[in-house]
Amino acid sequence: MLSAEAIEKIEYELAKYPKDRRQAAVMSALRIVQIERGWLSKESVTDVAKYLGIPEIAAMEVASFYNMYDLQPVGQYKITVCTNISCMLRGSDEIVDHLQHTLGVGFNEVTADGKFCIKEGECMGCCGGAPLLHVNNTHMHEFLTTEKVDALLEELNKG
Amino acid sequence: MAEQTTKMATRKSSSAKKAARPVVMTDLTGQTLVTLRTLNEKNPASLATYEKLGGYAQLKRLVTEKIKAPEIINQVKVSNLRGRGGAGFPTGLKWSFMPRYYDGTKYLVCNTDEGEPGTFKDRDIIRYNPHQLIEGMAIAAYTLGARVGYNYIHGEIWQDYEIFEAALAEAREAGYLGENLFGSNFSFDLYAVHGYGAYICGEETALIESIEGKKGQPRFKPPFPASYGVFGKPTNVNNTESYASIPWIMQHGGQAFADLGVPNSGGSKLFSVSGHVEKPGNYEIRMGTPFKELLEMAGGIWKGRQLKAVIPGGPSTAVMPARAIENATMDYDGLSKAGSSLGAGSMIVMDDTTCMVKTLKRLSYFFYEESCGQCTPCREGTGWVYRIIERIVDGKGKMEDLDLLTDLSNNISGRTICALGDAAATPVLSFIKHFRPEFEYYIQHGKSMVDGK
Repeated sequence: MLSAEAIEKIEYELAKYPKDRRQAAVMSALRIVQIERGWLSKESVTDVAKYLGIPEIAAMEVASFYNMYDLQPVGQYKITVCTNISCMLRGSDEIVDHLQHTLGVGFNEVTADGKFCIKEGECMGCCGGAPLLHVNNTHMHEFLTTEKVDALLEELNKG
Repeated sequence: MAEQTTKMATRKSSSAKKAARPVVMTDLTGQTLVTLRTLNEKNPASLATYEKLGGYAQLKRLVTEKIKAPEIINQVKVSNLRGRGGAGFPTGLKWSFMPRYYDGTKYLVCNTDEGEPGTFKDRDIIRYNPHQLIEGMAIAAYTLGARVGYNYIHGEIWQDYEIFEAALAEAREAGYLGENLFGSNFSFDLYAVHGYGAYICGEETALIESIEGKKGQPRFKPPFPASYGVFGKPTNVNNTESYASIPWIMQHGGQAFADLGVPNSGGSKLFSVSGHVEKPGNYEIRMGTPFKELLEMAGGIWKGRQLKAVIPGGPSTAVMPARAIENATMDYDGLSKAGSSLGAGSMIVMDDTTCMVKTLKRLSYFFYEESCGQCTPCREGTGWVYRIIERIVDGKGKMEDLDLLTDLSNNISGRTICALGDAAATPVLSFIKHFRPEFEYYIQHGKSMVDGK
């Protein structure tokens, strides 16, 4: 069952498309439910499919194709670090090493307290601010240094 | 002019302090900005700012004076504006492909799905000058008879997506979007939609599939979007920077825009400069500006090092050794003559400490990771290419691997539905062509010629 808040947000997205094209809102509906529940379980994908009136496989195909959907738990804060060329040239390897060392986890692993997960990202289209990362798919942190990463982790640890 | 320079200098130092905004500058002559006109204003993204600079006046003029579509398309043709997303197809010509008379809804799509490594110009348009994009799209919609538009935005830049959504709300409220605009019978609704992590959706038909709520696998062309696009309806797809150039062209005329550039490359253009420069960021310069000037604007090579190589238009354009690009000009013909292409103007700069083998390994991983899997040569070939380069970096390479990589890449290129296959082959072929001794050294010694590791 989707929450009333989720339904309200999905309806806002549905209004962007013709009435008989409810599938078009699946991208945003999955995003909305993921934000609310932390990740997308099979049940969550089913809930979205049912609400839109589309086959479950159609929703699952989308959820498994786009890499910002999380089909496994990612902890409270998912940190995605871009390691593509422009970031690599400006030291993203050092940022990744520092994060992994500080948090004691590798890519796609969640810390024991369930707080953090590190992911390797592809180009986010912000290469002028390299090296960079984003938190929970929404908040971009650019021009990173190991000091800035420490400050960010401290801030997130408080929250 | 002096005042203007000071203003920009102040902006630079404050952005350096906050380190939040990439540097964005006009060219060295202080030429007026086209797509980032609002940049030096206090609240660049607001409707009030854009209106103060003459924003939406062109849309209003065209609609209320009932200027005919062929006249508008002709100005766009005269402007020599070529698609800013990378393919460089003439925008005016593309517009003329849309059916004039069609009984049903026609769509307009903007491609803000920037995921080609090194490309980040459209992000600055939607976060600093969103209304100019909205006006450009509304003018295109009026011209082409499109009733509904979508701006498909890269999912990773969520905060900028929200800025664009807010700008849409402002424009609707002010009567620049919606029903019967300016009391005419022209109506246009425009919406923001988002990707969620798939490079392939920058390909226009994959993007259309994604708008429809499907996985982003490119469609076979023809039919082209102009006859079969969103929901199977005629659809015009352009890049963000292309649409954002339209209001300026309508205000100053196509010829004035063409004159900003050089023959065959009209206008000014945003160049995204990243990698080993002192001041990475977007630079709006006249087409035909010498490479050296752009590099100088970006502060030159960082840490006092030497230039080694440049990828001038994103990884799907061929890498150029320093000697090949040093005397080139930044325009379609200039870069083509020098052995590469302009692409989306995404210039990735590498200094003399860069190991080309390891750099190629990262790029081939990217294409392997982002292949949509639809065409066998790309799905299997990109993984195969990556594994070979990985084994070279692991010290297990064989000399015949270099010919195998070349052969494989030539067999991916031209054998796929979309251009991702060609894009994946380009870095492999050009890196080996220009830096073969580095690859041979790596294979012979099991370590990099550059960093010794």
